[in-house]
Amino acid sequence: MAEEVKLFRNWSSPFALRIVWALKLKGIEYETILEDLQNKSSLLLQYNPVHKKVPVLLHNGKPILESLVILEYIEETWKQHPLLPEDPFEKATARFWARFNDEKLLPSIRDASTKQGKEQEEAIVQVEENLKYVEEKLKGNVFFGGETIGYLDLAFGWLANLVSVLEEVTGLSLTASGKFPLLSAWMQNFSDAPVIKECWPPRDKLIIKYQAMIEKYTAVAAPK
Amino acid sequence: MADEVILLNFCPSVFGMRIRIALAEKGIEYEYREEDLKNKSPLLLKMNPVHKKIPVLIHNGKPVCESLIAVEYIDEVWKEKAPILPSDPYQRAQARFWADYVDKKVYAAARNVWATKGEEQEAAKKEFIEILKVLEGELGDKPYFGGETFGLTDISLIGYYCWFYAYETFGNFSIESECPKLIAWAKRCMEKESVSKSLADPHTVYDFVLGVKKRLGLE
Repeated sequence: MAEEVKLFRNWSSPFALRIVWALKLKGIEYETILEDLQNKSSLLLQYNPVHKKVPVLLHNGKPILESLVILEYIEETWKQHPLLPEDPFEKATARFWARFNDEKLLPSIRDASTKQGKEQEEAIVQVEENLKYVEEKLKGNVFFGGETIGYLDLAFGWLANLVSVLEEVTGLSLTASGKFPLLSAWMQNFSDAPVIKECWPPRDKLIIKYQAMIEKYTAVAAPK
Repeated sequence: MADEVILLNFCPSVFGMRIRIALAEKGIEYEYREEDLKNKSPLLLKMNPVHKKIPVLIHNGKPVCESLIAVEYIDEVWKEKAPILPSDPYQRAQARFWADYVDKKVYAAARNVWATKGEEQEAAKKEFIEILKVLEGELGDKPYFGGETFGLTDISLIGYYCWFYAYETFGNFSIESECPKLIAWAKRCMEKESVSKSLADPHTVYDFVLGVKKRLGLE
């Protein structure tokens, strides 16, 4: 029976990119439906009425939502090129760090990029603390998954894509300082992997997008 | 070899209740340790150095942190009895999505109900009820969120039921009048021993919240 796999995403969402990478690593054929997040399609709203967000994976007409949930679904449905370890403790550890990324690391980097003054200073301290944990996890490994790219590389993957963009736009030095050599090496190795490289959103477009976003935050915060 | 299972917890925590329910469902013997959150034990700080929070499940000396991750871990290790997640990948995705929805939405909205006053509280109550109604809609006419059997989504939400008395008293409203089907579901869950023995007493929770409000000057 022919499988029908569709992915609703936009051109830049780091969460949606996780799904693109997973599908490509497993060699799954799929159709992309590109969304304009300022003008969401009625189909997207129909399939994700609760959060109204990308990514949405549609498999034989059934929607799966939330990027980490989708990754687990892909892993359980298509068994080739496993992304998660088999051992329950190692699996739990990978899931823990993926959540850490979504709930702690990503928000701290967002805050460091968009806040001002003392709040920004505090956010930067937080980012450093968070990145130390990530650096620690890479000891003895090329990728978070070991020898090959796995679930946790896909969860952290947005760092390889966006940290240098944010550094260029804000002038902040998050990893460029060389404080996190293993992380910097991983970012390079990850970006260079063929499957990952071919899906990279264009850097110049990202610079424009994040410049506009940060200007908007700064304008709102600045006292007149 | 006998398994050594320890749970570091704090009695009113809805997150700790999830792990307690999962362990009870599987009939796992474990050592329960109550933490004093104002004076966290060296073991807690060692086992959860990143967040320094309860609950922490420690299995043969190795920590599993974050309650939903621990519940899935329990399901995978003790897989012969009382499955918590269904076997079908799509249904598993649904269960995980709704457990994630509970995590993203319920805690913060519920906290605003008891931690605010006046207009802010009215808005908080409205938002909280809206979230419960979404969950009620997902439940529909099924006995449990997963269908015929009690599972992950039920476990993620049911702990909040023993906090309802505190929310209703501090918020001066009735959750049952707004979400009768959800309350019926909660009572159905409470008929299970794994649930009734794992939830805190609503009056204990109320006293705890009162204590927090006083400490934070929120009365």
